Parts: sequence; C-alpha cells; structure tokens
Amino acid sequence: MTETESAVGRIIDRYGGAKSALIQILLDIQSECSWLPLEGMLEVSKRLDVPLTRIYHIGTFYKAFSLVPRGRHTVLVCTGTACHVRGAPTLLDRISEMLHLNPGQTSKDMKFTLDTVNCLGCCALGPVIVVDGEYHGKPTAADLQRIFEKCE
Amino acid sequence: MATLLGSTSDLERLRKKILDSEDRGSKPVVTVCCGTGCQAYGSQKVMQAFADEMERQGLAGKVMSRGTGCHGFCERGVVVILFPDEICYLGVKPDDVAEIVSKTLIGKEIVERLTYEDLATGHRCAKEGDIPFYKHQSRLIFGNNRFIDPKSIEDYIAWDGYSALAKALSKMTPKQVLDEVKEAKLRGRGGGGFPAGTKWETTRDAPSDKKYVIVNCDEGDPGAFMDRSLMEGNPHSVLEGLIIGAYAIGAHEGFVYVRQEYPLATENILLAIEQAEAHGLLGKNILGSGFDFTVQVHRGAGAFVSGESSALMAAIEGRVGEPRPKYIRTAVSGIWGRPSNLNNVETWANVPLIINKGASWFKAIGTEGSKGTKIFSLVGKVNNTGLVEVPMGATLRQIIYDIGAGIPDGKKFKAVQTGGPSGGCIPERHLDTAIDFDALSALGSMMGSGGLIIMDEDTCMVDVARYFTSFLCEESCGQCIPCREGLRQMSAILKNITEGKGQEGDVELLEELAEVMSDASLCALGQTAANPVLSTIKYFRDEYEAHVKEKRCPAKNCKALVAYYIEPDKCTACGLCLKNCPSGAVKGGKKIIHWINQVECTKCGICFEVCPKRFRAVAKLSGEVIPPPPQEPMPVVAQQKG
Amino acid sequence: MKTVTLEIDGKEVSIEEGKTLLDAAKSLGIDVPTLCHHDKLAPHGGCRMCSVEITKGKRARVVASCVYPVEDGLVVKTESPRIIKIRKMLVELVMACSPRTKALEDLGARYGVTGTRFKAEENFCILCGLCVRYCAEVKQAHAIGYAGRGVTRRIAFVPEIASRTCMSCRECFALCPTAKLPRETDGVCFDGLTIHDFVAEQNA
Repeated sequence: MTETESAVGRIIDRYGGAKSALIQILLDIQSECSWLPLEGMLEVSKRLDVPLTRIYHIGTFYKAFSLVPRGRHTVLVCTGTACHVRGAPTLLDRISEMLHLNPGQTSKDMKFTLDTVNCLGCCALGPVIVVDGEYHGKPTAADLQRIFEKCE
Repeated sequence: MATLLGSTSDLERLRKKILDSEDRGSKPVVTVCCGTGCQAYGSQKVMQAFADEMERQGLAGKVMSRGTGCHGFCERGVVVILFPDEICYLGVKPDDVAEIVSKTLIGKEIVERLTYEDLATGHRCAKEGDIPFYKHQSRLIFGNNRFIDPKSIEDYIAWDGYSALAKALSKMTPKQVLDEVKEAKLRGRGGGGFPAGTKWETTRDAPSDKKYVIVNCDEGDPGAFMDRSLMEGNPHSVLEGLIIGAYAIGAHEGFVYVRQEYPLATENILLAIEQAEAHGLLGKNILGSGFDFTVQVHRGAGAFVSGESSALMAAIEGRVGEPRPKYIRTAVSGIWGRPSNLNNVETWANVPLIINKGASWFKAIGTEGSKGTKIFSLVGKVNNTGLVEVPMGATLRQIIYDIGAGIPDGKKFKAVQTGGPSGGCIPERHLDTAIDFDALSALGSMMGSGGLIIMDEDTCMVDVARYFTSFLCEESCGQCIPCREGLRQMSAILKNITEGKGQEGDVELLEELAEVMSDASLCALGQTAANPVLSTIKYFRDEYEAHVKEKRCPAKNCKALVAYYIEPDKCTACGLCLKNCPSGAVKGGKKIIHWINQVECTKCGICFEVCPKRFRAVAKLSGEVIPPPPQEPMPVVAQQKG
Repeated sequence: MKTVTLEIDGKEVSIEEGKTLLDAAKSLGIDVPTLCHHDKLAPHGGCRMCSVEITKGKRARVVASCVYPVEDGLVVKTESPRIIKIRKMLVELVMACSPRTKALEDLGARYGVTGTRFKAEENFCILCGLCVRYCAEVKQAHAIGYAGRGVTRRIAFVPEIASRTCMSCRECFALCPTAKLPRETDGVCFDGLTIHDFVAEQNA
C-alpha cells in the first residue's frame, strides 16, 4: 500500500466510508495531499463503491480541487463584485506579471499557485488577496513584493 | 465543562449561574471584533496587545476581554468597544492599545483620534450608539454579535440563548410553533423570499418516514457576506432556529452546508454543535422534551451553483452539486427523495426571535409584504462599507447616505446592484424606493441574499454586465443549452462591445437571448442569468449605444476604448509617471513636458494613479481624437509650476 | 393506478399518474422534438428542446415536458409562438458548436432555421449526455463521464479511468446525435490500448 493509499484510507475511515461523504473525503484528501492523485481517487472509488467518473467529475467541477499538485504557496485573488469594482482586475494583472503565472497555473519550481476566488466575504478590505490563508487588503506593489519575498 | 441539561429548568438554572458569576455584569469588558474582516486587519494582535497591556498596567482580572464576531463596520476595522460605557474605537492597531488602556480604561478619558469622525462636519462620536453607521440601523439579529464570543456557549446562554427553544419544546406543540412562524410572515432571506412557514408546512405535511432540515450557508453572491458573519459570530442563534424548525416540521436530522471559502464559519459552527451536544441541546431527548435531533456539517467545495436548493441536496448525497430538472419541490422530495426543508442562515436566525417575541411583534416591523429586518452587505464605492441591518421598508438612500455616508472621493453615485448575479442595477432616480422583496422585483432587480454593490460615475455599466455574465459562464453547471450556450454567446457579445467591436443589433440580440434563457433554463441560475444584462440595458442603454456606435466608454473604464494623455499645459515634469511607467511609454525628461507613446502604452493606469492631485495632468480619453505627440521636446514653462 | 386527464394542443388525454407530459404527447401522436431523450434512459432535461407551455388557472409557464409529471386539468401547448421562439434559438445555439450536423439541420428546417448567427469552438459536442447516461444506466460501465462545469463542461473519456471499465461495445457511437464519437475515433475505441484523445481530459 502506498503512502497516498494509506492516507486516503485513514480519511475514508474518518467518515465511516459513507457514500454521502464523498465530497468531504475529497476535500480532506486535497487538503492533506495538496491535490487529488489518481491513486487516491481509485481508492475512494473502490472503498465507497462509486464510479470513478463521478469522482473525476467532482474533481473537475469544484474550484477547491486540483488534479495536479499545487505549489507550496497559494495566492488567491478575490474577483467578487465588490473587489472588481475596487480594481481587482488591475491587481490580478499586476500579480500575474510579478509571478509570471496566469490564474490556475502553478510555477515550474512548484513555489506558487495563482488562482482567483469568487468572493471571500471580506468586501470592506477590497481588493483582497489571500496568501497561504493570510488575508491582505488593498495591497500596494510594495506590499506584494514584501509578501512574495517572504515565501520560500 | 458542560452541564448536561435535562430540562428547561436546568437551562434556566445554568443561565442564572452564568449571569450571577463574578465576571459578568460587574466588570468592564473590552470587546474586540474578530470576524474574518477584522482578523485581516490584525484583531488577534490587538487582542494580545490588550492582554499584555492590561497585565502591565495592573488591570488583569479587573477588566474582561472578549473576542467577538463581526460588528458590521468592516470599513473601519479593527473595531473595539469598551463596555459598560459603549465607547467605540475604530481602526485600532496594536500600537494604540497602550493608550486605550491607560487613557480610557484607567483614566476614563476618550482617545479622540480613534473615535468616529463625520466626514462632512468633523463631528466626533465616542459612543457606539451615536455613530451614524449604527444609529440608523435596527440590529435585532446582528446586534448580539458584539456581546458574544462565538466560541462560548455561556455567552450565548447569558444573552437569553436557547430560551426560545425551551419555550417551544415545553410550552408549544410543533403545530403551534409552525403557525407562529407562518403568522409572522417570515420570508426566506436567501434570495427567493418564499414564505418560510409555508415551506415548513409543505415539508411537515409530506408523507415520509424521515424528514430533513438544512441550513444553506453557501452564500455565493459575490459581495455578500451576511451569512458568513452570522455563522462566524453567532452560530448558536442559527442552531437554535434550526432545532426549533426541526421540532415544528418533525425532522430529526439536520445539515449545515457551509461554503469551503468560509473556514472560520465552519470552525465555529462545528464547535457550537459540539457544545450544544455536550449540553444536551442536541441529540436525544433535548431538554427532557422527548424530541431527538442531530446535525451534521457539510462543506462546499467551491461552486456558486451548489447553493441552489436541489444542487445543495445532491451534494449532501455525495453527488455532484448541480441542480436537477425535476418539478417536484424539494420540500416534498429532497435529500434521498425525502421531504427536506432548506432555509438560509439569516432566515433560521430570525426564528428564535419570532418564538420569543411572537408573530405580532415581528409583523409590526417592515412593510406589508416583507416583515422583519434584513441584513445587507453594503460594499463597493461607498464610504462606510460593512454589514447593515434595517427594517424592511428602509430606503436605499437611507442606507447609502445616512448609514453608508455616501460615495468616497466626491464621486457621483451611479447605481446600486442588488441580488447578485441574479439581480439588477438600480439607478439614482429610484433611491427613495422602500426596500422590500416586491419593490425591488418591480424595479427589474431582486432582493437576493442582500448584497448592495454601490457603483459610481467611474463604473462602466456595460462592464458590469460583462462581469456578471462571465462570472456565470464559469459558475453555471453547464447541463442545459439555454443557460450554457446562452451565457457563452452573451459573454462573447459583451466582450466585443467593451473592446470596441460591438455591432448594430448586438443589444437586440442580447435581449433575444435573455428571453429564451429566462423561459427555458433548467434552474433559477439560468432563468435569472440575464437580469444584470437586462437591467443595465433598461437603465443605461445610452452607455451600450456609446460603446457600439461611438466606440466610447462614458465611464472611461473599458481598456480598449480608453487612452491616457498627458495634458501639456498641466504637466510640470515632476517625473513620477515616467519613473513608474512599466512599459516605458511615458517620454520626457527634466523640465521637459512628458508625453505618452500610445503604441507602447499598455493602459495599466499607473501614470493616472501617481500623478499628484494638485497637477492632475494625466487625463483619460475615450471616444475622442488623441492629440498627437509634440514634434520636439517642449520645455515646461515657468508659470505652470505650482 | 390513478389516471389523470389533461389537454394537449386542444386534444384531451387520460393517462397514468406518474407519466410525463412527453409521454402524454406521444400517446396522442404529437411529435415533440428532443435532443437528449432516449426511451431506455431516465429523462435528462438538459437540451430543453422538449419545452412546452403549460397553463394552470391563470399562470402560463414553460417547462421541460420530458420531466414534468402529468397533472389533472393541465392545458398544454407544444408549439405556441413562445415555444417556437425557444426552439429556434436553441437550435441556433448548438449549431454554433456543431455545424453541418444532419440532426440539427433537420431540426432547424422544421422551424425555418437554416443557419446560425453565433460562433463557438466547433467541438461537435452538444452535451446531450446520451453517451454518458447510456454507459452508466444501461451498460453500468461508467466509462464515459462529465468533466468541468459551465462553458467548459465537456464529456471525458479519460484513458486511465475508462481502461478499467470500457467494454468496447461501441453502443455509444450510434447514440451520438452529432456522430462525433464514431467519426473522431475512426470506429476504434478503448480496447485497453491507447485511444485517440478526442474527448480525453488532458491534465492541464
């Protein structure tokens, strides 16, 4: 049994192998493994007795999941309406240029993943970005430089 | 340590014990807002600073401190309130804490610079209740956020928590509870505005061995975060409402569906459930009533469409969270084909109030068709951004100007977008509309979940339509042709229009697509998807026509239709734009008037941002001929300086 | 089994409760067009071509007849002007991603639609879901599935997944209204060997 398979096995056990917990199980796998490896999906399919195509659909339907490994640092730019009106597109362009990534992409050295998110609910801070779970409102170019330099 | 409450008297005894305890009532309290917004401003550091300073200045044990949920004044976080005098300090930083402790807690003086200042008059308010942002609100549901640490069930119980549940279980039959909610005319707060009591009744009457109740905390409308703040700040109020509803309906299992993007809300509701279970407020024989009820939390995984009732229920079943095309109501056949009553977070939070104070009290608030209060998220181009609770019937003008303190930077109001991607834009001439479900629908928009996105003269309404359409292109589940393909084509047309490639007939084609999408789509997302487009066409058709016929963006927003130009008679060659231009398009030199090479310009807008306000030499042009660059370098003439 | 009576295009019909409006229309010999319907499969309600106008009391609304259950006293119109407008637009929309397709041209001809005003990536998939649903419900193999959502929703025949369950029965080929499946695979599909990735999901 591989490391992934045993990690997945533990996660499935947490939910008593319930079919209805499929999305919850996949969320935990994404969180622990930073992506949904095929062997993980296979294990879930087997243990929960759900078709692999359904798991694949869920994996590609929801924004939370990635079918390729994600970078060590996730940069999320909120593109909700309030942030949009306060200049999120310009901010996204700037970050995109700084990291040399388009939204959805991970850098070759696996350092950064850039993505957009549709409203974090912090509209007063807009435009907001979240880097590794930390929220930053109205970041200036200097702020961004500082934030990215801190990431290893 | 939890006290297992075996009866409603046990609950009352616990409440009295909590209230009588040494810490409550007698000691002053420092309340620090720790909602997600204020956390981003550093509320944890502020909390720590208070702990350290109170220790250092000898107040440890004499003053309590409490981290609470969102107070609503998100623009001015970190918000701190000192009780019992209700002194409210805004924008508090860790470095301010020492002064607050010595000057206010000990010296009983106000730190003026941290109080609210009226932008127009300069008048300052030290007391929370005097601050216009709060004064004009009716915080019946949201107000308790500032008194309660969401991680403490004792705080909730101290504020009358679970008294409504006790009343319902011990003094009312399920039918009486249902009738009270029906009588109160509570309408769903999630967007549909459907009468909650009627939905409860349908679920209750549908024959089945098992029924379910669900809390919808998927809050997908961008710009809306009322549910997040309620769930983070007062999870027990939602839970109490849910248990009461389950009792009325005859459901013994419940689900709380929380969006994946709300980790703190998820954490707090999970903790609340654990605490409620430990106290016997969930589980078997609640408060000795014989009523059993358990709750599970389900996390979303990042899909707006999964907030639609049938989609949410599919996700709970472990299937892909997309809407189903069936015409049997989920109240009759929902999760696993069983009657399932789904309501929004705010709807459930209203229930304990209705049970405690009665339907008549509730009905006295609001308008004829919409009773009670509504929490709105006031965001975008407005001074006082945050969460606002007003009675139904308050006007948009009151919210935007009295509470919101109007539009920043002296800009002119243009429109308020309500109802999220299913709603529409409302222009200035309708600002005195009394807000309720029916009034907003009559204007071509809808209440939706309560997001109010304020837009000013710099917002391009065609771009707003494009934005919402492109949002929906990604968020639609894609099952049905009218929504998927309709949005695809609408998005392409709108993109062309904003890029100066619009053609005659485009607006009419958008309207044609809108009609089919609204009639034939599988679910409400598709059926309402064209609303932002239709409402902007209705009220701002002139902007569409300017884009299409003149290739001009009146708001000077759409990149492809805007050019940046340095006005030679205003430029003082300060060099800021040249220094900051990322593409080298700005030309010029010391004492030489700067100019922009239009071919090299990427329209990033940085020159416009950095040009000092006293010069305002950089202009945005749209639909005009751009004056040609100077033939030879022009020196700055002496009288231009300063 | 209870029977209900309703009116479709002016004709009265009595039919078992639990049947759909599409069933009822068929029983009267009325031809309601569909793109995603198949007698062996559960109704999908995705193409919306079978939309009909129903009136109950004063309210008239549009519903998908393949999933709407019959009701007493319902008045149904299968070809009202509102419905025809809908069908014309739906055909135009799918013609954009699947041009020169006989099934769509025939359907268009029925309503006088000869071409489309729209442009889209020509991937020849209208997402009727017949292949996915057939493989799941009839063959119980679940070799083809969906992937993504919204405008990037697609069908996925992922080699690593399909290799485990595809029986190479090729029955999905005949179902495909745009003939995308047989054409793009040259009649060859998954035999445990590499497949030409016509709908394969690239891990982007």
